Amino acid sequence: MSTTHTQTAVATAAEPDYLSCSKGWKSWLLTLDHKRIGVMYLIAISASFFLGGLFALALRLELFHPGKDFVDGDGYNQLFTLHGAVMVFLFIIPGIPAALGNFVLPLMLGAKDVAFPRMNLASFWLWLFGAIFFVFVLASGGLDTGWTFYTPYSVEAQTAVIFAATGAFILGFSSIFTGINFIVTIHKMRPAGMTWFRMPLFLWGMYATAIIQVLATPVLGITLLLLIFERVTGAGIFDPHNGGDPILFQHFFWFYSHPAVYIMILPAMAIVSELVSVFSRKPIFGYKMIAYSSVAIALLGFLVWGHHMFTSGQSKLAGAIFSALTFSVSIPSAIKVFNWLATLYKGSISLATPMLYALAFIFLFLIGGLTGLFLGTLSTDVHLHDTYFIVAHFHYVMVGGTLFAFLGGLHYWWPKMFGRMYSARGSAIACLVSFVGFNVAFFPMFPLGAKGMPRRYWYYLEEDFISYHQLATVGTVLLGCGLLGIVVVLLKSLKNGERAPANPWGAATMEWEAASPPIHHNFHHTPAVHDPYDFGDLRFDPAQGGYARTSNATATATH
Amino acid sequence: MMLTLAQAGEGTFWFPAQAAENAAKVDDLFYFVLYVSVFFFLLIMTILSIFVIRYRRREGVEPEKSPSHNTVLEIVWSVIPTALVVYMFYTGFTGYLEKRTPPTGAYEIGVTAQKWSWNFTYPNGHTTNVLHVPVGVETQMVMTSEDVIHSFFVPAFREKMDVLPGRYTKAWFTPTLVGTYDLFCAEYCGTAHSEMITKVVVHPQDGPDSFENWLREDSDFLTKLSPVEGGKKVYQLRGCGQCHSLDGTSGNGPSFKGAWGTERTLADGPKVVFDENYVRESILMPKAKVLAGYEPVMPTFQGRIKDEEITALIAFLKSLQQ
Ligand code: HEC
Ligand SMILES: [Cu+2]
Repeated sequence: MSTTHTQTAVATAAEPDYLSCSKGWKSWLLTLDHKRIGVMYLIAISASFFLGGLFALALRLELFHPGKDFVDGDGYNQLFTLHGAVMVFLFIIPGIPAALGNFVLPLMLGAKDVAFPRMNLASFWLWLFGAIFFVFVLASGGLDTGWTFYTPYSVEAQTAVIFAATGAFILGFSSIFTGINFIVTIHKMRPAGMTWFRMPLFLWGMYATAIIQVLATPVLGITLLLLIFERVTGAGIFDPHNGGDPILFQHFFWFYSHPAVYIMILPAMAIVSELVSVFSRKPIFGYKMIAYSSVAIALLGFLVWGHHMFTSGQSKLAGAIFSALTFSVSIPSAIKVFNWLATLYKGSISLATPMLYALAFIFLFLIGGLTGLFLGTLSTDVHLHDTYFIVAHFHYVMVGGTLFAFLGGLHYWWPKMFGRMYSARGSAIACLVSFVGFNVAFFPMFPLGAKGMPRRYWYYLEEDFISYHQLATVGTVLLGCGLLGIVVVLLKSLKNGERAPANPWGAATMEWEAASPPIHHNFHHTPAVHDPYDFGDLRFDPAQGGYARTSNATATATH
Repeated sequence: MMLTLAQAGEGTFWFPAQAAENAAKVDDLFYFVLYVSVFFFLLIMTILSIFVIRYRRREGVEPEKSPSHNTVLEIVWSVIPTALVVYMFYTGFTGYLEKRTPPTGAYEIGVTAQKWSWNFTYPNGHTTNVLHVPVGVETQMVMTSEDVIHSFFVPAFREKMDVLPGRYTKAWFTPTLVGTYDLFCAEYCGTAHSEMITKVVVHPQDGPDSFENWLREDSDFLTKLSPVEGGKKVYQLRGCGQCHSLDGTSGNGPSFKGAWGTERTLADGPKVVFDENYVRESILMPKAKVLAGYEPVMPTFQGRIKDEEITALIAFLKSLQQ
């Protein structure tokens, strides 16, 4: 054991890691290394998240008092539109796949890179290009259509709709590029011995996500082009004043944007499946069910878009079909939760920070999922649609679900990405503060919405709505503090964190056989394929400060 | 307190008062889903907490081997939720069918939504900005929009329906409780979306406040009030105030303060005098002469406004001279 250890050390000393193997901004911006692209994505989406977060904070502060505080109706409309558009298009859709997925996916396959490294870089550049359009939007009068661009409002709005639509169109291509890359990589670059059902569940999640990215995003692209066309020529596609159909736009829009919800949540579920298993040192319960349910969710997710339109005037039959299909997606999601729970049974459960996020995810996602039942149910949806109940529901899914899972994944792979451990205590406190803040911010919105407070109102009359809004604002500030705490803890670790061992958590997937941080080519030798959820031969090795395999397999994994 | 069932007349932790026949059904289903959700949430979180405490990591203790798959268990936890959601779907669907199938012979009120006001037209042609309905009568809204999509939302009736330009949508309800309730626009429609709020007044069957009485009195305000006062009321009812202020500040449209008799410059150059014919044309064909410096966003009132109303409006506008 000790000899292999020194050999690894020698090898690492001889070969610099991917962060220091070359220098200068060109070596980053023109890199073909999936790890560097992942890190650049991480920085870029974090910056977007910060911007979107500032908009959210401004919204909530405005709503602290019922009347006007510092923005008027138009200002508020800009704020909620930009908050939504930035968070959805720039942060949450690329979030897990492009930042964490890019870094981890090839490593999990024991591969050197994704199948098409140049396309991967192009995806990042497209993202930047799309983001620049959003900067244009900000600089040229903003956007006030809501991130949903509903027609005919978006046809006649005086704001920078065309810039925004072009930006979202380009971002769509960035997402498609990532999707194609992941599909091909998973099909073609799995190492010998890693059959589909010996793949880590994270890869199943990425695969299902990639399918949606590739199949659904083009529809968004077409829809946005048609919208631009309508605005420029007045052709009368969506605008009833020229003979168009505004509901058609909603169908097109949600045909993409509902599956997009699964682009957001499937990767989150995939991360949680890894975390729950690793931190209870138990093989994941019902592996096949989880894998199949990812694919089932991805496919069924294409058939439920009409549940955004139960009050739009679509036919009763359409309403019934979409409601039934919506409920059918709830079952695979429920099964996943039960599987995670069963995985904990008789485990050896560590409450390290990534696991805290996984548990927080289960708590929040459960609330998000269960409140979805009220909305899939036709007659209750009629009352709850377009109220704060919806706002609460989708924030529980997208923030409570996706953001918390993203943070869990970030804390899990951080040592691998940057070779440093962060403060266990600091990160746990920041997680807790964010969790509490999130609930204080969003839970009050459920009763608020059921009482009848419509969404997208900058102004409210009802005396008894005030306390809910104030609570939500306080919660938002708390959530902001928690998130800031996370950033501080993580950045501090880069300066003076302890050096991370190759396998700090005792995980059995392949990325942990690479050094922390990995070398430019990831592995010195292609590592042996193990069962991704068999922790039996992983033991804590005090000399390394991390886990190592006790079986002979280690010998083949190093020199 | 959180889980008490809604009682007619007063709001609960979750809901405003139930003021229409269907409201109780919606609430009952809501509470059913709520109980199921709370039950599963507590169940799962309790088990999760027990596991996390009971099986917390201990140095040097390896987890016991336990099955990674159990067919019976997996079938059970797939079938039970399926049965529950089938029930939710079915009950929600039948409730929805009722909501979306207006009875024949319902009392009909026309609804026109425009940025950012509501117009309700009663069978006798009278219009108001506040919705008035009789208690205990099946009432149907036939709705359309002048501009973008709006949505008719009365929380106390648990009713919501989008209002679209270029087509008609319908909503119906039977009010059960005399009183005044909020009516919101629930589909985002721009600058003053959050001010596109009005009230529904549910009138008793008989007595001085009855719907019949109200409609009779309110309909002939033009004959009762002086032309100036009548014109002011038309100005309010027709939502002119959404765009035209009376205090000199210009909004989407120019203010009416001191406008009468002045010379106006049109967008394409020529000048016109703000007189009777100009006002009449502006109301009926707003796009014919567009004032310089403004967008042509004024909706036409052709076919919606009576001549008497225009005459009264003119008297009112004259009265605003300095
Ligand atoms: C949606 C906003 C809107 C509403 C509602 C509206 N208007 Fe206008 N109106 C405008 C705008 C904008 C203009 C200036 C551009 C134009 O001439 O079309 C205007 C112009 C006018 C003018 C000519 C004004 C001038 O100073 O030369 C008159 C008169 C007028 N409106 C009357 C009315 C009356 C009466 C009503 C209610 C029955 C009404 N408007 C409702 C937006 C509105
Ligand atoms: Cu509206």
